[in-house]
Amino acid sequence: MKKHIRLVSSQGLQKNIADRGCGECQTSCQSACKTSCTVGNQVCQKQ
Amino acid sequence: MHQPEKEKLIHKFTSRGTQILLDINSGTVFEIDAVTDAVLDQYCRRSKAEIIAYYKDKYAAAEVDEAWEEIADWERQGLLFTTDVLADTYNPAGEPVVKALCLHVAHDCNLRCRYCFADAGEYMGKREIMPPAVAKAAIDFVLTSSHGRKYIEVDFFGGEPLLNLGVVKDTVAYARALAGDHGKEFRFTLTTNAVLLTEAVRNYLRENNISVVLSLDGRPEVNDRTRVFPGGQGSYATILPNIRAMIELLNNEGYYVRGTYTRWNADFTNDVVHLADLGFKHISVEPVVADSAAPYALTSDLLPALEREYDRLTDIYLERFAAGTPFNFFHFNINTDNGPCLPKRLTGCGAGYEYLAVTPTGDLYPCHQFVGRTEYRMGSVFTGIERPELSRTFRQAHIYSKPQCRECWARFFCSGGCHANAVAFGGDLLIPYELACALEKKRVECALYIDVRKRATAGNK
Repeated sequence: MKKHIRLVSSQGLQKNIADRGCGECQTSCQSACKTSCTVGNQVCQKQ
Repeated sequence: MHQPEKEKLIHKFTSRGTQILLDINSGTVFEIDAVTDAVLDQYCRRSKAEIIAYYKDKYAAAEVDEAWEEIADWERQGLLFTTDVLADTYNPAGEPVVKALCLHVAHDCNLRCRYCFADAGEYMGKREIMPPAVAKAAIDFVLTSSHGRKYIEVDFFGGEPLLNLGVVKDTVAYARALAGDHGKEFRFTLTTNAVLLTEAVRNYLRENNISVVLSLDGRPEVNDRTRVFPGGQGSYATILPNIRAMIELLNNEGYYVRGTYTRWNADFTNDVVHLADLGFKHISVEPVVADSAAPYALTSDLLPALEREYDRLTDIYLERFAAGTPFNFFHFNINTDNGPCLPKRLTGCGAGYEYLAVTPTGDLYPCHQFVGRTEYRMGSVFTGIERPELSRTFRQAHIYSKPQCRECWARFFCSGGCHANAVAFGGDLLIPYELACALEKKRVECALYIDVRKRATAGNK
């Protein structure tokens, strides 16, 4: 158990890239925003 | 021994007293203490022994040693100081796969919002309504252009789409009738100013599972300064009952109430709170995009105040969350363990190759902001994409092509910013709009902080 650094969350962005990029997730401009896109709040459709 | 390149692999910041560490390339989030923060400042510059000596008057040697070892252990585990595997090799190729359309079913509007991208609804005097044949051709186009993608998104936009409700209905019916044979599923959204959102329209939208984006800027005096009828009267009193009724019919799900903040309401937290107090659960309030000469424009001198405002909103957001009366704020949503994959994060909205706007006459543009700028016309729904090289240009406008983005810690959350902003302010697709970048980074820090707090609360239960 770490005393000084607590792991909050991880998603291994650099892993298994060959299997990713299917493009089925929502196009972010289609949601509320039309000019201030934030891809980071999207959800992977596969999971 | 100074490794400046290694230092760039992490981003640490303090939000409301909580110290957060982001491993940029893996997306891993940590909460750290003060001694770790201090050690990290020196980790890429000095050895462990040197760091212990460096801090001898501030921290006990044992503490520094422990923190250093924990950092080193996370590094060994591949969760800290990770590198970017695609930075030098990413080269997206192939023809565009268009799976999202923004249908401008009306280049006309019953309001004259002062900040409107479409000449305040006047469309430079050239008002048009999309005929059914164009809408159907748009569906035919996307059924083919989406290739193997299953989910197709269509957003009814404008102008005001409820001025052409007949075509909206025809399009939904047409698309859904064809979807099965093509192995597709359509997801519809409709963005409206809610003036014509009558009971019959509300029922239609709900019954047909169409997500709605409802435009309302916040407090009545704020909304009525910007969102006005042609005669100048404010729209708040007219639209509020319609919006309330819509949200009640939807059981408070499947929509966003979407406001725009300007220089005139730099205290926009008050507008978010106003919307939340009206009982609206799903809220997005976003900065106006405007020429800097416009009286309502946000300019860089406002940045410190706007950053404080996002902090204030963060506090209220968490207070309400803790009190059991939460609201969802679009820009504070973040997925730190189930978010989009790395390829998705490299270009933001997909404008120009995955997402296109369609004018009433069927012309294709990279997005609604580019409509009317003929140098960006890409083709038509009747002829397809006539300028594949333009589509490639947008496809290549990913974060590795943008010098500022390559070095930016927020690149995998932001994905390079809005193309229209880049062109409008920097004159270059590859130069993101600086003020928007600053606001985006502030929002992402707030969102990360909120995520850390929410997970800590959940963990304590």
